[in-house]
Amino acid sequence: MSERLPRPESVRGLTVGLLDIAKARGDVFLDRLERRLSDHGAVVKRYRKPTFTKPAPVDLRQQIAVECGAVVEALAD
Amino acid sequence: MSGTSQRSETEGAAPRPALPDGIVAFVKRECPTCALVAPVLAELADRVDLTVYTQDDLSFPAGLTPVDDTDLAMSWHHDIEAVPTLLRVEHGVERQRTEGWHRGDWQKLTGVHGLGDGLPEWRPGCGSLSVDPSLAGELAVRFGATRLRSRRVELASLEDEMEALYARGWTDGLPVVPPTEGRVLAMLEGTSRDPQEIVADVPPDLAPCSVEKVAINAVMAGCKPEYLPVVLAAVEAACTDEFNAHGLLATTMPTAPVLIVNGPIRRELGMNAGGNVFGQGNRANSTIGRALQLVIRNVGGGRPGEIDRATFGNPGKVGFCFAEDEEGSPWEPFSVSLGKPAGTNTVTLFPGEGPRSVVDQLSRDPESLARTFAATLRTLHHPKLLLAFDAILAVGPEHARVFREAGWSRKQLEDRLMALLQIPGKEVIRGAGGIAEGVPENLEHATLPKFRPGGIHIVHCGGGAGLFSAIIGGWVTGAMGSETVIQEIRA
Repeated sequence: MSERLPRPESVRGLTVGLLDIAKARGDVFLDRLERRLSDHGAVVKRYRKPTFTKPAPVDLRQQIAVECGAVVEALAD
Repeated sequence: MSGTSQRSETEGAAPRPALPDGIVAFVKRECPTCALVAPVLAELADRVDLTVYTQDDLSFPAGLTPVDDTDLAMSWHHDIEAVPTLLRVEHGVERQRTEGWHRGDWQKLTGVHGLGDGLPEWRPGCGSLSVDPSLAGELAVRFGATRLRSRRVELASLEDEMEALYARGWTDGLPVVPPTEGRVLAMLEGTSRDPQEIVADVPPDLAPCSVEKVAINAVMAGCKPEYLPVVLAAVEAACTDEFNAHGLLATTMPTAPVLIVNGPIRRELGMNAGGNVFGQGNRANSTIGRALQLVIRNVGGGRPGEIDRATFGNPGKVGFCFAEDEEGSPWEPFSVSLGKPAGTNTVTLFPGEGPRSVVDQLSRDPESLARTFAATLRTLHHPKLLLAFDAILAVGPEHARVFREAGWSRKQLEDRLMALLQIPGKEVIRGAGGIAEGVPENLEHATLPKFRPGGIHIVHCGGGAGLFSAIIGGWVTGAMGSETVIQEIRA
């Protein structure tokens, strides 16, 4: 298992991925987060898992790792 | 007469003791064929250079002063599989071997004729103690031939081994059998597969799991070696993308793998398909499912309170495995209904909760009984939630009799249940019946099935008395969650 990166000092200018796990109303929470992050100067990108019951596919994980400096995975019901 | 064979040298193994030249015999008193040939050995002792190794009793054969092989070192190192075995050895090298008593072969091997006057021509031998399955692991350890790669864990002399295993987090809360080297090697005798073969990547950590690791957990669960092929097949099935053991472990729902065994192996292992089929008391039923769960815990790293987020869980999460009663069933085996040829040993994994009882003591016709099943199946998880879950319907023998006598096939019952479980949207929309839970209001005028096609798995099991059946509910079904997975069991 690889080491977790340190928390970013600031989100300004940072590309932040928001990963919707495909559970009901997760998007409501993520929409709100997107607004808050944008207000703080972050560039937000949205992603979605095919199903909440399985880990995110490798391709999606790679894509997020390449495109983002931080990621928020949201669980909601 | 078999060819010569010698156990190959294993790295780190004790050196193989040399055979004496001449004729060498391996015997044990316990074997009637050895007793039968004792006079022949006495004849040979007078005429050739004979060495007799005895596996169990130094006074046998009487008058021959046999060499002590009660530690089985010679027998084990020279691959003695049966007694009596007769070898011809030249310059320390085995040239010829015969097993059991066969006059012609013995005469050819020894060059002595007229052996065993009055004895039958031929008698098969008995198993050598050095290949006794109950000793196999211990002997392999004793002679240093272990093939195991796993890290050895040493306990302090004052540590209680049961407490130590619990303290290290390797149990499901119940005591486990300490997986000593001897026990693991004995367990591995239950399969012909290479101990280092990778069986699957076990979730949630996706840890590569070897046959050896499965064997260790099977020992801990209390399995016998002959159960190991079922456990291996169950691990393979559990770790498929279709079965999705990761999601099943991580979910808040009270579900876990439920194992259904079909085929002749059920009887070979003495599995229970009858009374108390989902309960305690049968070793194979109780330990096979447990072994799978211990693999997920100890290899995959799936532990309650960590990745396992179950709100309630269920007692079957210790392990839930049973056999179908094929012999008493009015229908073809469950495995056949899933497309496997009859007579194939299979284990089917269903993502299930604990069983619940269905009581109907009055229905004597299949339509009435089908309606009882439909009414109870409808309540699964919530009477107003649809299409989200599969189920096992375990039909008990007294209920199955109603369908047998009426000539209803499994398919007929399944089709009837599907038809009875077409539910008007207005009964199940949100708010209907004063209950907020339900399907979206826009489905008010639709007719909705409780189950997807093929979502009801009908199996036959249970005790012979009691007009009962049982339901085992699933969790998120299909590609979104878990599919039922059937796996063939191979030796």
